[in-house]
Amino acid sequence: MTGQACYAVLGALLFCLSFHALIIAVHPLRRLLAVNVMGSSVFLVFIAGAGPRDPLPQALVITGIVVAVAATALGLNLLLRLAGPAEDDRPSAGQDGS
Amino acid sequence: MKRLGHAVLGLLLLMLAGVLAWAVSLPVAPGQDVPAHIAGSLADSGVSHPVTAVLLNFRGYDTLLELVVLLVALAGVRCLAPLPPPSGGGAVGGVLRELAALLLPVLVLVALYLLWAGATRPGGAFQGGALLGAAGILALLAGRDRFLAVLEQRLWLLAGLGVGVFLAVAAGTLVWGGTLLGLPPEQAGILILVIESFALLSIAVTLVALFLGTGELEDRDP
Amino acid sequence: MSASSLLPLLVLWPLAGGLLGLLLPRGAGPLLLGVSTGNLALAVALVDALAGAGKVAHSVGGWSTPLGIALRADGLSAVLILVAGAVAPLLALYASAAYAGRELRYFAGLFLLFLGALNGLFIAGDLFNLYVTLELLGLSAVALAALGGGAAALAASLRYLLATITGSLAYLLGVALLYRATGTLDLLQLSGQGPALPGGAVAFALMVAGLLLKAAVFPLHFWLPPAHANASPPVSAALSALAVKAPLYLLLRLWLSTYDGAWPLVAELLAAIGAAGVLWCSLQAVLQRRAKLLVAYSTVAQLGYLLLALALVPAAGAAAYGAFTLLLVSHVLAKAGLFLAVGNLARRAGHDRLDGFERVVQHLPLSASAIALAGVSLMGMPPSGGFNGKWLLLQAAIATGDWWLVAVILVGGLLAAVYIFKLIEHTFGGSDRPDATALPRRMEWAALTLAASAVGVGFLGQPLLRLLGGVP
Repeated sequence: MTGQACYAVLGALLFCLSFHALIIAVHPLRRLLAVNVMGSSVFLVFIAGAGPRDPLPQALVITGIVVAVAATALGLNLLLRLAGPAEDDRPSAGQDGS
Repeated sequence: MKRLGHAVLGLLLLMLAGVLAWAVSLPVAPGQDVPAHIAGSLADSGVSHPVTAVLLNFRGYDTLLELVVLLVALAGVRCLAPLPPPSGGGAVGGVLRELAALLLPVLVLVALYLLWAGATRPGGAFQGGALLGAAGILALLAGRDRFLAVLEQRLWLLAGLGVGVFLAVAAGTLVWGGTLLGLPPEQAGILILVIESFALLSIAVTLVALFLGTGELEDRDP
Repeated sequence: MSASSLLPLLVLWPLAGGLLGLLLPRGAGPLLLGVSTGNLALAVALVDALAGAGKVAHSVGGWSTPLGIALRADGLSAVLILVAGAVAPLLALYASAAYAGRELRYFAGLFLLFLGALNGLFIAGDLFNLYVTLELLGLSAVALAALGGGAAALAASLRYLLATITGSLAYLLGVALLYRATGTLDLLQLSGQGPALPGGAVAFALMVAGLLLKAAVFPLHFWLPPAHANASPPVSAALSALAVKAPLYLLLRLWLSTYDGAWPLVAELLAAIGAAGVLWCSLQAVLQRRAKLLVAYSTVAQLGYLLLALALVPAAGAAAYGAFTLLLVSHVLAKAGLFLAVGNLARRAGHDRLDGFERVVQHLPLSASAIALAGVSLMGMPPSGGFNGKWLLLQAAIATGDWWLVAVILVGGLLAAVYIFKLIEHTFGGSDRPDATALPRRMEWAALTLAASAVGVGFLGQPLLRLLGGVP
């Protein structure tokens, strides 16, 4: 198996792992992280699938990353408000925000 | 019961993993040779780095929409009810202060370099904007929040400038050339630099504002 | 101005309006009305241009595919842009009365960006550009759903966000597989190629699953009822009427063009989940005690009809294609009107529990009429647009010999009648409560106009089908 195919297969496995985490996780922060990893796995497949010679997927993935950053920031801010100001001081308390 | 559900889910996902791994490693014979198309049009794109050419010229329309996505996220965050500022931030340590004093000028310089380098090698507005945004956040954490007042008063102007300039170029090319974002090859280089410079600023400001949420900045009610 | 310039203008205009809405400290109300009316004018101009040419295209940047992005509009794009354009000024009118100050400003900005994303999606001819417009649409919808909301709205928005990103990523993974196999992202260059490509079937499954999740089709609808029921009325109307239609549109496009309507199994599977959605979610709507949840479940049920029509397109052709379009148009109008009207009642009553909607008909006669009119279309009674759509759907089902679908369509109509009458009964019955506050009249008129157009569009069936043209 070439290095390129290795990365693509790794991306496919990562997609399934993050999907699993998304389904079984209860805490919304874990779910948000799972979606983030899922995004990275798709980007990995995109770039590895087309190969290093093709600049197009690299540009598309930069766009994808910015979109992912925007979505994550929105999600984290929603999460912070759900957790409420009371829990704000101890973010590691493991409270369920949903 | 729950354990059985987990087992079934795991089995299904294992099958999905197998199918996906198979699909991504199938041999393919693409009918279109995109790298050749890019190489063939690179001379007319205004920049010599292929990724920047795709981002700002060949598929600049995607990039415009992507900047709008950032703006939407910021609007989504800012329209939430403000949170009280986090309590107990505590005093800023001396190490952090010193580190910021050392790093801030370097970060700003590297961000600007990345913007400039994007024309010929890896780099560009997003990479530079991310660094500049990080510089802003570092400055905030180190207690250097003098620029907060500027941010507070001019947030939407600063955050919207990137999209505004991009939209203006888009509208200009549509009106004068009849083609959306049809950058004339002679002016493409300078237009891309203008778009990227304002995008860099707006991306950095947006990232800092997303980091702050609504806790620190108060919107002035109209 | 050339017809081809209309396509980019349909995106630039609302985006510029949305940017101004966020930038300007005041004047959000007039801006919202002005920009959405201008957008309607552009939509009408596009319809006019298509009536002559049949198709319009624009190569962004002047680059040909597969290097650049192509924008294309055909009859289906034009119908969708027109109906979204027609709903937007009425939602703007309603919002300018329902919101004030900071909230109005953010609504104006986000709603116009949402509208730009919607237009952009309906004219996109490139798989990755479609992903970006899908994300722009999804994120602006999430932001709108959270606008000034309480904890329930925030929790629902977060769920909505996770669902919409997951759906987009599944779609994008499919796109990555298609790009890997073909070296192009252009829909025209991909047309008909899908089934034979290595990994083509896997890509299709991923894209369909992602889009069904984003469209909140049963059984992937879990995120929709809380998000739509906890948002404020103009947002609920925009989300329920417009946002969930976009992924279904894209699904139809991909299946018909890239995959050439392939695989009878896909048609059967889509028809089966469509039918299950119609029955199960109509039943859920009947069982709800909160008016907005009832209306939200009705949306999922109606999405089931759209999926039924979509599933029949390859086999039944024009009848199913027409049914999809007419059902979609009438549902957009009826659901927008219904959400606004129910919002009026809820605002007046201070809550949206059905057993507390007492005798509001005396105070809000227009809103009550809007509920009745929208109900006529949702039940599929003549002469409404909903009737036309269901009639075509029945013809398609009979033509393909799917008698069980005929039964589902009829039972779904009966269940719709039950939940609509439940809503009407609580609206018109009960004792008088004269102490409630008055509502601005335009909030009532906006709801009534939308609901009346859902019935009125029944008379426009033929012109709409002409504009739609044949199955591409």
